[in-house]
Amino acid sequence: MANEKQLALVIDLNVCVGCHACVTSCKEWNTSGWAGPMPDQQPYGKDPDGVFFNRVQTFECGTFPNTETVHFPKSCLHCEDPPCVPVCPTGASYKRESDGIVLVDYDKCIGCKYCSWNCPYGAREFDEVTGVMKKCTLCVDRIYDQTLEPERRKPACVLACPASARIFGDIKDPESEASRAIRDNGGYQLMPEAGTNPANHYLPRRKTNAQVHDDQLQRADNPLSREAEPPKFGGPTIDDASQW
Amino acid sequence: MRDPVTSCDSQLGRAEVKTTTCYMCACRCGIRVHLRDGEVRYIEGNPEHPLNHGVICAKGASGIMKQYSPARLTKPLKRKQGAERGSNQFEPIEWEEALSMLGDRLDHIRKTDPKQLALFTGRDQMQALTGMFAKQFGTPNYAAHGGFCSVNMAAGMIYTIGGSFWEFGGPDLERAKLFVMIGTAEDHHSNPMKIELAKFKRGGGRFIAINPVRTGYAAIADEWIPIRTGTDGALLLALIREIIETGLFDREFLMQYSNSAELVIQDIKRDDHGLFARDPNVGVRPDTFDTPDRFWWDKATDQPVLSRSKGTEGRLMGEYTLPDGTPVKPAFQLLKERVKDYTPEWAEGITGIPADTIRRLAHEMGITARDQKIELPIAWTDSWGNEHQTVTGNPVAFHSMRGLAAHSNGFHTIRALAILMSLLGTIDRPGGFRHRAPFPRPIPPCPKPPKGPHAVKPSTPLDGMPLGWPADPDDLSVDENGAPMRLDKGFSWEYPLSVHGLMHNVITNAWRGDPYPIDTLFLFMANMAWNSSMNTSEVRKMLTDKHENGEYKIPFVVVGDAFQSETVAFADLVLPDTTYLERHDVMSMLDRPISEFDGPVDSVRVPIMPPLGDSRPFQDVIIELATRLKLPAFMTKEGTRKYRDYPDFITNFETEPGSGIGFLAGWRGKSGEKSMVGEPNPNQWDMYARNNNHYHHHLPKSFQYMRNWNKGYLTWAQGNRLVRYHDPINIHIYSEVLQKFRLAAQGKWKGKQPPDELRPRVEQFFDPLPFHYAPLEWAKTDTARYPLSALTQRPMAMYHSWDSQNAWLRQIHTQNYIMVHPSVGAGNGFDDGGWVWVESPWGKVRCMARFTEAVEPGTVWTWNAIGKASGAWGLDGDANEAKNGFLLNHLISEELPNMVGGRHVSNSDPVTGQAAWYDVRVRITPAAADEPQESWPQFPTLGQLPGQTGFGAKMRAFFAGKKR
Amino acid sequence: MRPAFSVLFLTTLIGAAQGLLIALVVGQLFLVVGTGQQTVPGGFYALGAFIALVLLALGLLASFFHLANPARAWRAASQWRTSWLSREVIALPAVMGMAVLYGGLHWLGLDMPLLHFANGKSLDLTMAVGFITIAACVALFICTGMIYACVKFIREWASVWTVINYTLMGLASGFTLAAAYAASWASVLTGLFAVFALILTIAALAGRVYSLWRNARLRPLTTLKGAIGAPHQHIRQVSQGFGGGSFNTKEFFHGVSPEKVRALVFFFLVAAFLAPMVLLALGAGVMLWLAFVVQYVGLLAERWVFFAHGNHVQNLYYQRKA
Ligand SMILES: Nc1nc2c(c(=O)[nH]1)N[C@H]1C(S)=C(S)[C@@H](COP(=O)(O)OP(=O)(O)OC[C@H]3O[C@@H](n4cnc5c(=O)[nH]c(N)nc54)[C@H](O)[C@@H]3O)O[C@H]1N2
Ligand SMILES: Nc1nc2c(c(=O)[nH]1)N[C@H]1C(S)=C(S)[C@@H](COP(=O)(O)OP(=O)(O)OC[C@H]3O[C@@H](n4cnc5c(=O)[nH]c(N)nc54)[C@H](O)[C@@H]3O)O[C@H]1N2
Ligand code: SF4
Ligand code: SF4
Ligand code: SF4
Ligand code: SF4
Ligand code: SF4
Ligand SMILES: [Mo]
Repeated sequence: MANEKQLALVIDLNVCVGCHACVTSCKEWNTSGWAGPMPDQQPYGKDPDGVFFNRVQTFECGTFPNTETVHFPKSCLHCEDPPCVPVCPTGASYKRESDGIVLVDYDKCIGCKYCSWNCPYGAREFDEVTGVMKKCTLCVDRIYDQTLEPERRKPACVLACPASARIFGDIKDPESEASRAIRDNGGYQLMPEAGTNPANHYLPRRKTNAQVHDDQLQRADNPLSREAEPPKFGGPTIDDASQW
Repeated sequence: MRDPVTSCDSQLGRAEVKTTTCYMCACRCGIRVHLRDGEVRYIEGNPEHPLNHGVICAKGASGIMKQYSPARLTKPLKRKQGAERGSNQFEPIEWEEALSMLGDRLDHIRKTDPKQLALFTGRDQMQALTGMFAKQFGTPNYAAHGGFCSVNMAAGMIYTIGGSFWEFGGPDLERAKLFVMIGTAEDHHSNPMKIELAKFKRGGGRFIAINPVRTGYAAIADEWIPIRTGTDGALLLALIREIIETGLFDREFLMQYSNSAELVIQDIKRDDHGLFARDPNVGVRPDTFDTPDRFWWDKATDQPVLSRSKGTEGRLMGEYTLPDGTPVKPAFQLLKERVKDYTPEWAEGITGIPADTIRRLAHEMGITARDQKIELPIAWTDSWGNEHQTVTGNPVAFHSMRGLAAHSNGFHTIRALAILMSLLGTIDRPGGFRHRAPFPRPIPPCPKPPKGPHAVKPSTPLDGMPLGWPADPDDLSVDENGAPMRLDKGFSWEYPLSVHGLMHNVITNAWRGDPYPIDTLFLFMANMAWNSSMNTSEVRKMLTDKHENGEYKIPFVVVGDAFQSETVAFADLVLPDTTYLERHDVMSMLDRPISEFDGPVDSVRVPIMPPLGDSRPFQDVIIELATRLKLPAFMTKEGTRKYRDYPDFITNFETEPGSGIGFLAGWRGKSGEKSMVGEPNPNQWDMYARNNNHYHHHLPKSFQYMRNWNKGYLTWAQGNRLVRYHDPINIHIYSEVLQKFRLAAQGKWKGKQPPDELRPRVEQFFDPLPFHYAPLEWAKTDTARYPLSALTQRPMAMYHSWDSQNAWLRQIHTQNYIMVHPSVGAGNGFDDGGWVWVESPWGKVRCMARFTEAVEPGTVWTWNAIGKASGAWGLDGDANEAKNGFLLNHLISEELPNMVGGRHVSNSDPVTGQAAWYDVRVRITPAAADEPQESWPQFPTLGQLPGQTGFGAKMRAFFAGKKR
Repeated sequence: MRPAFSVLFLTTLIGAAQGLLIALVVGQLFLVVGTGQQTVPGGFYALGAFIALVLLALGLLASFFHLANPARAWRAASQWRTSWLSREVIALPAVMGMAVLYGGLHWLGLDMPLLHFANGKSLDLTMAVGFITIAACVALFICTGMIYACVKFIREWASVWTVINYTLMGLASGFTLAAAYAASWASVLTGLFAVFALILTIAALAGRVYSLWRNARLRPLTTLKGAIGAPHQHIRQVSQGFGGGSFNTKEFFHGVSPEKVRALVFFFLVAAFLAPMVLLALGAGVMLWLAFVVQYVGLLAERWVFFAHGNHVQNLYYQRKA
């Protein structure tokens, strides 16, 4: 199934602050768009429940005080070998040859949910009202929309993300921003053992450390010397101990 | 299925795009609202807006669901005849009845005793108008949320560097190399902070987060330094000490731009002890605030000379004697002595941060500031006429908010932070802290509160501003006995520098009649019966409490709100406001504009859709009331109505006739040819709308840095009326202002002096140099019984209490938990997910616990304001927010008992009156197995109000416009 | 996984129907190949096939309840090249068609010999159709089993044992039903069916116990480490990103306590296997009907547990159901 073009999101966990902007902007764009509606049940009652194509989860790694808090956005990964597609009995689930986006044709879907069983990432969400399976469309109705300004022809979540933690592009084009980000920052796929070959990639946490050398503390122009007070650098000296 | 590629979204219905300014939170991003067949279809960030450059946040993108909220109020409401207040029984009335009822009442108050009106507003953005209304009305009893929000941050820094974080300035992450964020969860600079933080990290900057909790921003920090709650003062003072001891401070910067080298009188017997030595022969303008008559000790000649005299170099250290025998020390020397014992080891014991880490931090800050200097080829001239060819930056940036502010030791902690930033030489320099216009302002800024009871007279505007910046004890709002003049006791000896008032004490004080009873409590955009009050359960009772004669202790309560909040139920009169998509608003230079580092920016909101039902913009209501009350500023000379409505007011209002200063700074002058100052322009609104709803005044590069001392900038700012004077704004390493209050407490001040029982308190806390003390509440608490500190944090996807009405946002935060380190559960016998009691000395709540490894084990926390009263906000009575969620405010007391002379005072910072939300101590025990699995306390379920939009259906499949 | 009752009924009903059809054909073959002296009237096969047809139809009906858009169900046949579900959608009507044909031919007595063998026996039309029916039933067993067995993200299901056990249980219940049915006709086949049913039930029990044992020892396909790709040993979810519910927390979780699930395991081991074994061994008449009913109920429980034991990989992302 190797597509020549594979659009995808690259999600930079190094800068994602878990703000959920991608979550609600996705819902906002899509509920009133081609892929909508995305219904909510008990919207103002007990245990509200709704369809979202993208969710941001939080994980903690390690134990105090060496704890890492990881905000983890997850939507359909538009797998290159999507197990959800061949199992669909109706052909409603399909992967576009032209750009690798995995979509559901609501007019064909019978709502058997079988595709969702075959997604290891829990990326599909069922709309109980219209009885069809829904999922992230990579905003296919935005990215080719000629009536939008060219720089706004991107998924809603990408445009929204204040931390620019979501990079959109063709991962088969080695020159795309997405490919470069993956290459340069150790981008990885989720659950490689699942054999899905996800198109979406994640960029890991990267740390900037500081190195302070002791000799950097001692400088000829130390202001203390201007004040005629020699700088103090810890510990006792012989002067403190000797008496002759 | 329709092909998504060949057909486009805009063909689905009648499509329009309008721009305005978001108000899903106080950040105020530019937005583009797409409508389909008149319904909101999509709200995106406006790429042409300087604040958010096209991005949007979770709240902003959910504005649709606020617009279609079930909690919307669409009718003015009057408490039903005979119904008890708080019983949520209302009848709908017409606006005319509402306005005449309120107008008549206010008219009577104004003609008899204007201070009987208390107008308090919450996290709103129109303090310029509401404050003006209060002043014109003649009542001093006005304030907004600042006092319970972050006034420590404003006061602590403005009294030190003439500017602050919050909306007044911020870290220059574009150029910084090291960024230290202390006690910030989400802040008012929501989107810009995220944009900058990501760029900063990608650019290889190092990000350190100091916070008891690791979530949100701190999650992506390169290093998380968990600190014990309430102990940052100790950390910052130890950092200062280490930086001084190792000589990592910027000596030239301190000497020239702060009062570090200036000589302070050191003679305990004298009345001017602790004040700067002054040369009486130097002429000082009476209106100046930074006088040029002080000395420093010249290194070369070993003589005192007027500081900053050409060719001299002051000394930062040592002790000297003036020719007249006065013993003096440079301010810096006093700082050095102050921090002498604040060793890293000392701080380790208090903060829980290893001494080695503290030392390493100090070295990292100091070396980065010193060795990674930025030099920009920008020529500028300082206030003393020295010409500089470059602007230098020491690229260490800080940011901090309520983690420091919301403690009773916050003022001094924040002053320590401002001093640390100054030692590193980072004030208004590239890569450090940068001001936003109208800051920097003089230390302290010029407006002053009313100075005594004479300021309040019937049928007369207030003498002074309701809120201001005391410069010395004589600026306090107290009577001849030193007793408070304001209902909230702001600017009294209990909290002298309470520059934003103390909204958190208003209801309690009004109920108790201390210092005096009032008639009308007018609340706007403040959920005072819930999340913005401390001691919520009791405060709710006070609102309905009666005298023995059956009269309510607070006779009349007016609430201006757009939604069915918990507070609405306690109103006698409800004024339904519009939403942000339905009205005009201004983010004015007179209030807190959205200025950028490179120059002033103000902005507007314009209506996208018509008001729903009978809702009416609150600003229009204020203009209408002001006109009915014939407040002078709202009347023509002939005594007729001056302003048709709010937009008309904004266009035509000038602070004084012909002053050329109005609410908006852009496109002034008859045809919009002027900026900042100029005659009113009838087409100003249109011009804003055409420019993406904002006006951005780009300062020349040479005016963008060092603005405290930048002659060009200060002259420009004065010329454009941003500041009154163009004197340099030198950093107050040593605060003479504070010392004056201390002298008054010691009986050495000629003017106002505190009542005797308050002398020790004022003397202790008005220390001219920062010091660390444990939060005051801890001394009133058995800390062995209540071993844990309890905090709230802002969730990024919720704004205070507003967003639970939002069908999408409430799915993200459906309930809150008390988040605890697993050891707390293990030690007290409960599990992850278990029901527990959280108790403070003042109250208790039952809620669910959740374990986390991302918290300092002595601290527990929860998301703020997720818990709701049953039935409020258009939610079903059994909604998770009400039945599982909880409000931490029930545990926090608005007063601390037995504080001065056996009397209570507000649970606040003793300098500023900042509400000490995060001082509370708690213990956690498991709930019994037979208790209901439901949060406690519960309140009777509120029913729907007349005219409330409501929403019965069990399902909502929102699709804007007609279905395909 | 959350057991859907429609699917529980679908699989158990059609399983029994397939088993019954196979039993009828096997019975017919036995009589043909056997002594050749005893015969059974065509009505026996016709009514038996009709019962199977009814069960199949009920199963089909149940399956419609599972579909949110049953009106479009016809589309589900289109992807037989890749989808076992699609193949099942084809195989099920095929089995129904064979049931009609097989039963119809018997009913109408259309039973001309097609082939004559050297030993004097012949392959009659009904017998030939019967063989095709068996093939269709086996195909349907495989399709249905494979629907689950090929979900590799549920380790408990992704095994050949899913197909084997499903087939054995279908056959067992079908033969038990056949035995009871034959007993009602006082047919000579009763004993044969009962013996087969007993053997199949024992085999199914063995297979199912093996899969229980296997499931208990399964190692998960991956861990949180693989799920989010963080290089850490201790990873916990603190928020799944929403506080209410979602499709992912409903479809993939059954929400029943582990104790109850364990009780149901015990129940189905007794009801689906042990009790029918005893009843089958006791033999005659009402006992056999009782055996079928008990076994059917047991198998419903077995299917429920089969779902409940299915632990989907996606659950790693949804651990905070509060
Ligand atoms: N999404 C969203 N944004 C908002 C708001 C909102 O409700 N929602 N509210 C707006 C308003 S009104 C305000 S005032 C701002 C407030 O913005 P913030 O000041 O960021 O708000 P808080 O949530 O109070 O965050 C306080 C942080 O300080 C930490 N903290 C508490 N005590 C201490 C301490 O002793 N030491 C240290 N180092 N840290 C401590 C807490 O863990 C928390 O992370 O946010 C504004 N922005
Ligand atoms: N425990 C705890 N308590 C806290 C804090 C904390 O950190 N911990 N933070 C404190 C802080 S910093 C603040 S600023 C306060 C915030 O306190 P508030 O400002 O009182 O809180 P909000 O929930 O924002 O409530 C404002 C009211 O405005 C209404 N409103 C929303 N939009 C509109 C509108 O367009 N027009 C009108 N007229 N009304 C509108 C809402 O319905 C709501 O009733 O909370 C304080 N309370
Ligand atoms: S919008 Fe960006 S920063 Fe916010 S949660 Fe989504 S990916 Fe993370
Ligand atoms: S639910 Fe729809 S898309 Fe998924 S497998 Fe069934 S028919 Fe295909
Ligand atoms: S993430 Fe799931 S739904 Fe998306 S393509 Fe991969 S398997 Fe299919
Ligand atoms: S690409 Fe579009 S559909 Fe997919 S998560 Fe982002 S906004 Fe949602
Ligand atoms: S940060 Fe605040 S103003 Fe900006 S989009 Fe979000 S809610 Fe609106
Ligand atoms: Mo605030």
